[in-house]
Amino acid sequence: MTLLRLGYLVLLWVFVFSIIRVLRRDLYGTRITSRKGAPREDLVTQTGMPTPQRQQAAQVRNRPTRLVVTEGPLRGTTLPLSSSAILIGRAPSCTLVLDDDYSSSRHARIFPSGDQWVLEDLGSTNGTFIGSDRVTSPVPLTPGVQVRVGQSVVELQR
Amino acid sequence: MATVEPGRVRSGRSSEIGLLVLALALGIGAYALVGLSMEGRLPGNFYVLSGGMIALGSGMHLIIRWRAPFADPVILPIAVGLNGLGLAMIYRLDLANHLKGGDSELATKQLGWTALGMVAAVVVVWFLRDHRTLRRYTYTAMVVGLVLVALPLVPGLGQEINGARIWVGLGPATLQPAEFAKLVFAVFFAGYLVTNRDTLTLAGRKLLGMQLPRLRDLGPIIIVWLASLAILVFERDLGTSLLFFGMFVAMLYVATERISWVVIGLTLFGGGAIAAASSLAHVQGRFNGWLHAMDDEVFNKAFGGSGQLVRGLYGLANGGLFGTGWGEGRPDLVPYASSDFIVTSLGEELGLTGLLAILAMYLLFVERGMRIAIGTRDGFGKLLAGGIAFVVAWQVFVVVGGVTRVIPLTGLTMPFLAYGGSSLLANWIIVALMLRISDNARRPTPLPLRGGAREPEHDDDDTDDAVPAVRGDSPSDDETQVVRSVDVHDAGNPGSARRNPGTGTTETEIIGTVDR
Repeated sequence: MTLLRLGYLVLLWVFVFSIIRVLRRDLYGTRITSRKGAPREDLVTQTGMPTPQRQQAAQVRNRPTRLVVTEGPLRGTTLPLSSSAILIGRAPSCTLVLDDDYSSSRHARIFPSGDQWVLEDLGSTNGTFIGSDRVTSPVPLTPGVQVRVGQSVVELQR
Repeated sequence: MATVEPGRVRSGRSSEIGLLVLALALGIGAYALVGLSMEGRLPGNFYVLSGGMIALGSGMHLIIRWRAPFADPVILPIAVGLNGLGLAMIYRLDLANHLKGGDSELATKQLGWTALGMVAAVVVVWFLRDHRTLRRYTYTAMVVGLVLVALPLVPGLGQEINGARIWVGLGPATLQPAEFAKLVFAVFFAGYLVTNRDTLTLAGRKLLGMQLPRLRDLGPIIIVWLASLAILVFERDLGTSLLFFGMFVAMLYVATERISWVVIGLTLFGGGAIAAASSLAHVQGRFNGWLHAMDDEVFNKAFGGSGQLVRGLYGLANGGLFGTGWGEGRPDLVPYASSDFIVTSLGEELGLTGLLAILAMYLLFVERGMRIAIGTRDGFGKLLAGGIAFVVAWQVFVVVGGVTRVIPLTGLTMPFLAYGGSSLLANWIIVALMLRISDNARRPTPLPLRGGAREPEHDDDDTDDAVPAVRGDSPSDDETQVVRSVDVHDAGNPGSARRNPGTGTTETEIIGTVDR
């Protein structure tokens, strides 16, 4: 009986430790991406004559696949691009919600049009900037171009 | 500044089945040991009962495999394990009651409630495809919650048992609507705070190195405080009152990251508790039984004394380090040993070693809840998961603290262990919600999502809708909404600490569709 009694306690702890063993993956199985020294995949250069086929392939390859926040409180956040528009701002209904006093609640929008993505300022108070130019009308956005919204900088990446 | 995402998402279903086998072994083993030690043979309905438990557990596992394949693998086994332990202890106390000539059949009833609870969990996992649907019912939840809390006060419907008016009689069964109200309120608080947390984060004056909120933003916390005081006064239940207020303060803290809310909450509750202790007789009795538990006079008081508490403590002492073994102790000497004092019953028969293992299970359960809150991408899900995980932790603290004389004894139930249908049902629904949220949080997103370039959509809904419409070519049942973003830990960036009303992690959402 003593054996059963102690055996049961052992079983209890075996259960607890098996759970912990399963949970170890939380510690070791996660990928932590730091912005420092992140490889820039978009600097790969193409060599050779661009045939039409290759051009098309290049176009597909050149199509941005994600929107990355490169500066600001949300730095490191990536959003995959789908076929729908991305709304940037402070409102909870935005796709990219910025916690930033300097951004408007619905600040800017990035939407697909034809083969490219277009950046549009939605009448924000502090403006949306590409470099030092304020965006006044919708402009096509190419990968790697840095867009400043409030304190954050976002860019499209392949 | 870093981004944390799982390297390779494992569904965890095989881990779950392994743990489930262990959890079932715990429950069934305990049941067998109780029979062997008290009657010298296996309990009469041993095979039926263990078969039932195995069927329920594996049935639920299969449903999760099917409907929530990426749900967290340890939640179900912990719940099944704790439920099994509780069942075995209740059965053991039934047997003790039979020896005294009683005929209590609490274990059978509890098994029925377990089955009902697991079925309810399956129903929730099955029909609730996306937890964000619940946000639509934020204010409905508030009304439902208030009705549930007020229900025991309705004459003819409410029943007063042992001085507390928290029961509702429905035919032969009595229910504690507050147990369900806590779920509904978790939905309401999450929905309310996710929309209003920006206002509540606005800082006012600084005092003692703490950013105090502005005076006019104190409204909500005062209202909840008054409501919980009303519960205390009219339903005379310290536990329920503590439960709701604690839950609100915790979720407020999670939503705003301001420690000042916790301090304000504790101050308010402390003030309320002192006022109640000096003016309300039943609270006074509880405090007296806590502070002067060992006094002869208090111990021997017919009603509201400390007899139960002290007997529970003696039980724990009798258990010692390794316990007396299943069926070898005398937990039945404590009144309500199968509900309020099931912790001391288990502590007596399993000892400190066993009790700590049980507490570790709760710890892991709550940890999973918090981890789900970190992993999920929408603010509502974060608050809901954090809130329900906190409620479980809070209940465990209040119950274990009560029976070990750390805090005054209150009438809360130990989740999954204690005898009580409403509590069991509500906690299984909590399990279902956690499974659903964790499934959404851990499900891998098809990155990159290459949608064909299309015309821009101009109908961006202005409404603050929790569940943005599925944008796809053919919205059908086979499509699943995909929410995608990455959590960012701000700790390493002093610049961003300036203003971050998020939940510690920032959130972003994007909606796409995939075919499953």
